[in-house]
Amino acid sequence: MTSAKGRSVKMTATPFTRALGFLALAAVAVMALLGLVVSPPDVVQGEAVRMLYLHVPAIWIAYGSFAVTSVSSLLFLRRGKRREDKGRHYDRLGGAAAEVGVLFTGVTLITGMLWGKVTWGTYWQWDARLTTTVLLFVTYLGYLALRRLPADPVVRGRRAAIMALISFINVPIVHYSVDWWRTLHQKASLSVGRRPEITGEMYWTLLYSAVAVTFVAVWLVTHRYRVIRLEEIRDEEMLTALISQRVSQDLPPVSDGDFDE
Amino acid sequence: MLPEALLIARKDLKIEMRSKVALGQVAPLALLILVIFAFALDANSMLLKLGAGGLFWISALYGGTMLVQRSFDLESEDGNFDALRMSNIDPSAIFLGKTLALFVQIGILELVIGPAILILYETQVSDWLLLLLAAVAGTLAFAVCGVLWGVMASGLRVRTTLLPLLLVPVLSPVLLAGSRAFETALGVRAGDGWTWTGLMFVIASLHTAVGLGAFGFLLEEG
Repeated sequence: MTSAKGRSVKMTATPFTRALGFLALAAVAVMALLGLVVSPPDVVQGEAVRMLYLHVPAIWIAYGSFAVTSVSSLLFLRRGKRREDKGRHYDRLGGAAAEVGVLFTGVTLITGMLWGKVTWGTYWQWDARLTTTVLLFVTYLGYLALRRLPADPVVRGRRAAIMALISFINVPIVHYSVDWWRTLHQKASLSVGRRPEITGEMYWTLLYSAVAVTFVAVWLVTHRYRVIRLEEIRDEEMLTALISQRVSQDLPPVSDGDFDE
Repeated sequence: MLPEALLIARKDLKIEMRSKVALGQVAPLALLILVIFAFALDANSMLLKLGAGGLFWISALYGGTMLVQRSFDLESEDGNFDALRMSNIDPSAIFLGKTLALFVQIGILELVIGPAILILYETQVSDWLLLLLAAVAGTLAFAVCGVLWGVMASGLRVRTTLLPLLLVPVLSPVLLAGSRAFETALGVRAGDGWTWTGLMFVIASLHTAVGLGAFGFLLEEG
């Protein structure tokens, strides 16, 4: 495949992302070892606590991804007009980060439900934290649906950017729901300005897991960004080919009626 | 800005008065939904009484979403949005005008559903002021969010399915707050209905601020 600028683009990997991929894989293997073998079971939660080493970092990464989406959306709206490419790279980054955010919100929900079954005896509770997390998940699914619509990419990007900025309001609501409402969900395990709820090996395992999952998220965002760029190049090339074909066939100009549904 | 907003609102309401879609089609459907809820709950009067607040807002949500859809279909057809843009009217005035028109239309819809809830579900109002202010706050939040997300989906081929997907998660807090406030006003739940009413005003204000700032972007090249 050849880009609009004539550069050949064949794959999404580079030596850097390959190295990052291997690093992420190794980090996840060590995370599994720490989480499943080295760290002890919890006095109250027992073995179920091990689920938290994925559950908690997953929602942190989701928050972070949605924050990246918001910042890149803001930059797309503010700087896009002045740039030759209309700031499409900000739009791509926002989309890639949101996809990863939705993925990790899904991971949070699934691990949370499994943990809930073991600890609370039920997969689901109509609790403020759980409900707001589902709303966050569905809101960003809507954002991704908006991004997939057949429309002019810049117009679509602008609408999606505004939606991303509004949707981010949900993130602090989800995070602080355990403090603002009476919920069954436990308080945040780690939080700025408050003594950690966990200590020792469990504390370090949780912090290490956050780093490992971050490597995975960065690797995924990088690849998704490049795949989105490749999709754009494919669409541009298809359009150019169709125009050339039409010109070479010397067909009559398209009338309004050709676009009627 | 205000005279322009009123002009836009008058235009939308005049179209509605002539076509009578809200009263003639959407309101009967919303009433039908209330009846279907009774079927689903096996006409259990106790359950219906307890859930009346929530059922009111779900019915309003369904009918209101259709009104939002229609409000933007009117503008998309025949390129009316282009005409509005070329008319040099401030986008914020268009946003406020459409919000006002939608507020009136959803309000009319609620004036039909409200008495139906009282009659069909045998509920009694214990705090009229709370009920009224909660309805105003919820309708305002609904109208503001509806316009903001309606323009987002407007002009797209899949807008009919996209709009509810975008709108319902955003309106869920309004649905929750409206239900709780109504339950208190209807005397079926002890609680602070005023806090929930306040929350709906906060949601409406937040989205109004975003709408005033972003509507121009959304209209541009839309």
